[in-house]
Amino acid sequence: MSAAAEERSARAPWALTAPALMLFVGVLLIPLAMTVMLSFYDWGQYKGIEPVFILKNWREIATDPYYAEMFWRTFRIAILTTLLTALLGAPEAYILNRMSGRWKSFFLLVILGPLLISVVARTLGWALLFGGNNGLVNKLLMSLGAIRSPIPFMFTETGMVVALAHVMMPFMVLSVWAALQRLDPQIENAAMSLGAGPVTIIRRIIMPQIMPGVLSGAIIVFSLSASAFATPAIIGGRRLKVAATLAYDEFLNTLNWPLGAAVATLLLVALVLIVVGSNALIERRYAEVFR
Amino acid sequence: MRRNGPLALIFHTVFVIVMVAPIVVVCLVAFTPEGFLSLPTNGFSLRWFRAIGNYPEFIHAFWVSLGLGALSSFVALLFAVPAALAIARYRFRGRDALAALFLSPLMIPHVVLGIAFLRFFTSAGLGGSFAALIIAHVIIVFPFALRLTLAAATGMDRTVEMAAVSLGAGGWTLFRRVTLPLILPGVISGWALAFIQSFDDLTMTVFLAAPGTETLPVRMFLYIQDNIDPLVTSVSACVIAVTMTALILLDRFYGLDRVLAGKGDTGR
Repeated sequence: MSAAAEERSARAPWALTAPALMLFVGVLLIPLAMTVMLSFYDWGQYKGIEPVFILKNWREIATDPYYAEMFWRTFRIAILTTLLTALLGAPEAYILNRMSGRWKSFFLLVILGPLLISVVARTLGWALLFGGNNGLVNKLLMSLGAIRSPIPFMFTETGMVVALAHVMMPFMVLSVWAALQRLDPQIENAAMSLGAGPVTIIRRIIMPQIMPGVLSGAIIVFSLSASAFATPAIIGGRRLKVAATLAYDEFLNTLNWPLGAAVATLLLVALVLIVVGSNALIERRYAEVFR
Repeated sequence: MRRNGPLALIFHTVFVIVMVAPIVVVCLVAFTPEGFLSLPTNGFSLRWFRAIGNYPEFIHAFWVSLGLGALSSFVALLFAVPAALAIARYRFRGRDALAALFLSPLMIPHVVLGIAFLRFFTSAGLGGSFAALIIAHVIIVFPFALRLTLAAATGMDRTVEMAAVSLGAGGWTLFRRVTLPLILPGVISGWALAFIQSFDDLTMTVFLAAPGTETLPVRMFLYIQDNIDPLVTSVSACVIAVTMTALILLDRFYGLDRVLAGKGDTGR
């Protein structure tokens, strides 16, 4: 290659990515930085937003137990949702993987398709199913004898967890599914020929191999649940606030933008730390298994 | 491989029923002949679909959503196609960092993005405008446009390009006549997936939309906040129908499993 051509090919990738890079710096990184700065500004009912550098909002979040309770609720709901999706999604992915060709792709479509259907429509469906004390879910559970008195689902954390788990389930199934594709079916047969029963096979052969898939699915589900907006807003109502709905209220109802920005920044930082931390943990743990 | 036992099949049946139940219920209630929320037990009726016509806000919001989705996905591709070609073909310093930056809107909570864009566009004097919505949606759909284009560009046979070059094609002609047709299925699927993401987004858009630029999910959300009646179920049924159409197109063009499972071949 001539020197000129070499120089051109060194510059080409930058010329091709420059427009997108400028777009991202201009309308993603700068707005994010502005939001972090905004969280240090002052705000008053009558004076509005004042561009000064104070810790007022951060101190309020740190000292007012209302915010501690709200963040604890947010993460509690996210953890329960993650557990529910893992407990139900992992076995389902395993069952799905053992089906024969045509059924497998059909049910995969049925389970993953909802991922692309409006969250508002899906949550509305749960609101209809829960609907008051004689909602369909309660009627069904009572007629099956599973419960005696109706469980309150609307405006409760139980309802939020159930609806969120439904919204997030495709991510878990997808993640475990991807792990199952890497699994050699002959190992299962080998274990069987050596006299292992079905329980032993699942516990000693399948579980350890799909665990990375379950964990990476759990990270996705957790971070999406902790920052979810539509489902908590519709099922939780106006009183049961989580981080995203609280930030929405501060921005569009109270108009205390600096405080809302602080809540959003804290949510972002907490999620980044949790996701990066657990990713590192999983990689260290499973690097040894696969070596 | 062993077959699924009866217990596994029962579990599977219940699982699938629970997964589709909320969507089916919305679509069924939309056909109720009653004036209140109920399953259509005695006959189907289209009255709630006709009722949409009396609420111009929903019709207007639908057109806003459609235009926004189509336009922002197209603009995203204008930026994403060159970027994908660069990432797929060249090994250069900063390549991994760039790919991570371009996929980062997937990682940042949409509520944080909504707040950041609201702050940014308000101080730029564009608060509540359609232009602001387009730019914001370009950012959130960019990763989807990039991933599918990237997968197509990585899997492309480059000998055809070399043949074209040896015949004297270069620059724009090479791209328009050879490269683009070869990666077109990926580009179209990227557009469709980006469109769906834009069409369905609520969390970020709810911060940016103002009366006049409200998208359909935002209009539906604000409506549900006040009261839930059969009207919003018939609107939801229409939204589900639009998404299903896009889904089927995606499946035909590209294969839905590939779209959803594709982690994006960033070369790792």
